[in-house]
Amino acid sequence: MLRFLVRRLVVALLVVATVMTLAFILTRLSGDLAVSIAGPSATQADVDAVRKAYGLDRPLITQFFDWAGRAATGDLGDSYFFKTRVSTLIGERMPVTLTLGITGLLIALIVSLPLGIMAAVRENTVFDRIVQLVALFGQAMPSFWLGLLLMILFGLKLGWLPISGTDSWESYIMPGVVLAFSAIPALTRLTRAGMIQALGSDYIRTARAKGLSRASILLKHALRNAAIPVVAIAAVQLGFMLGGSIVIEQVFALHGVGFLAWESIAKNDFPVVQSVVLVLAVIYVALTMLADLMNAVLDPRLRAA
Amino acid sequence: MTALLEVERLQVRFGATAAVRGASLSVAPGETHCLVGESGCGKSVTALAVMNLLARGGGRQAERLAFEGEDLLKLSERGMARLRGNAMAMIFQEPMTSLNPAYTVGSQMTEVLRRHKGASQRVAIDRAADLLARVGITAPGLRLGQFPHQLSGGLRQRVMIAMALMCEPRLLIADEPTTALDVTVQAQILRLLAGLQRDLGLGLLLITHDLGVVARVATRVSVMYAGEVVERAPTAELFANPRHPYTQGLLRCVPVPGKIRRDQPLGAIRGTVPRIGAGFAGCAFRERCDFADETCQRTIPRRSMGAAHDYLCRLPA
Repeated sequence: MLRFLVRRLVVALLVVATVMTLAFILTRLSGDLAVSIAGPSATQADVDAVRKAYGLDRPLITQFFDWAGRAATGDLGDSYFFKTRVSTLIGERMPVTLTLGITGLLIALIVSLPLGIMAAVRENTVFDRIVQLVALFGQAMPSFWLGLLLMILFGLKLGWLPISGTDSWESYIMPGVVLAFSAIPALTRLTRAGMIQALGSDYIRTARAKGLSRASILLKHALRNAAIPVVAIAAVQLGFMLGGSIVIEQVFALHGVGFLAWESIAKNDFPVVQSVVLVLAVIYVALTMLADLMNAVLDPRLRAA
Repeated sequence: MTALLEVERLQVRFGATAAVRGASLSVAPGETHCLVGESGCGKSVTALAVMNLLARGGGRQAERLAFEGEDLLKLSERGMARLRGNAMAMIFQEPMTSLNPAYTVGSQMTEVLRRHKGASQRVAIDRAADLLARVGITAPGLRLGQFPHQLSGGLRQRVMIAMALMCEPRLLIADEPTTALDVTVQAQILRLLAGLQRDLGLGLLLITHDLGVVARVATRVSVMYAGEVVERAPTAELFANPRHPYTQGLLRCVPVPGKIRRDQPLGAIRGTVPRIGAGFAGCAFRERCDFADETCQRTIPRRSMGAAHDYLCRLPA
């Protein structure tokens, strides 16, 4: 178990290092940062001054290790536009994005787990086909479009839910549903496939031969084994939701990390852009590790590996 | 004396395929009844139909299917679940995959007793440890905390047997419990089953294709072929005086030390078990039988050789 943990941790660190490098290189590829920061009306002298002030005159490799070294100790630098610490900025915005992502994942699980289980139990019936059709439909629908549709119906026509802002918990319902919609198809199909496989296995026949209740057979014996791939994908989906909330936070005017990323890209605030990418990547890696740990709890065979 | 298990003219279909075609057999309390026949002749399906554990798409019909006089055909799934694992238990031929990989041996054993007898976890654990010791597992306390993947095939089958005994069943159905195991382990498991059957006085329906096993442990034997029970007899009678050509053929395939000669080939039955579709009539063995003629395509009578021995063939006793 310890070896398993250490190995996972080493891989995770390598992934984070790769993401840091990519985030750094990509922001530099977008053009001369000093020119963009100085603005369109700046003279060459201004640009040179900016370049010197921000340390952009140093060799790229020095800049990278300077940034990476600070980031490793938690110092993400200062924002050019907001004139505050990047860490403070992200810290303020993160709760909104996390609340949104977790709300989305919870809604997705509440919908897709029962749907997947019921579809598996009723394999190849009309119910099963309808569930698969809805899943396919959900997969194909762009999230911003669904967001707009929900806003028109529940926000404007019916007036049940706020269409923007984060004033109350109700503000998270619509964006949460939209985010959930992107995860429901995959989670439902995976739950269904896992349950069908589990229900056809020998140990389920044993459970039935033992005279166990239907609930125990489905939820204790089958779901525990079917849940293993679902947990892995749920973690990945939560990662997607946190990153993908860039679009949804725009649509619903939620001031989270996604909104911050969009603002800082528009303002050429590259320390913020780099840091948002890094923080989301670290969260993503942490989620994958959490999923591995949960799977080791669910499946004792993984603990031996 | 009422039989423990009565099966009369059982039919099982999977779509157009008839897996069991009017099989009849009975198991008396405290006897070891062996159901023999080659692969694909419907032995396992018969057992699964009795337990109402047929895979999806399988349908069963019977003139009578009763356990201790209670009609199993009229029983709801809930009523059946109350019997399964409780008064009638079953072990399977796949010990490697029949235990749930996600739960400990202890958890899987105790849940049966808790479900059927409402036992506390402490009582259930004690009983599970006793039974593990009884089936010859050393350090039962350690094994209870282990997961199936930490045990060998032989140990897993012992766990399955112990688990089946948790609620003191009156009937134990063992479907080729040793097929997947090493030869040395096979002998141990069979000795164990025979010993338990004797000590606990339970009715054992043992499904096997190993006639050596049958000769050693069976009280009575039912020989199954293509979904029908073609011959039924007490063990000694069957080995001494087999009447059905299929039974005779099976017995010729068994090498008996001292009786076989090096220069003579061992017996074999030519061909394979046919798939029987709708509208089939007559004897299913006729394509492989040395005595077959055109009358074998008509309805075949069941002939009696005394009270306990009968067979399904046109050839007179």
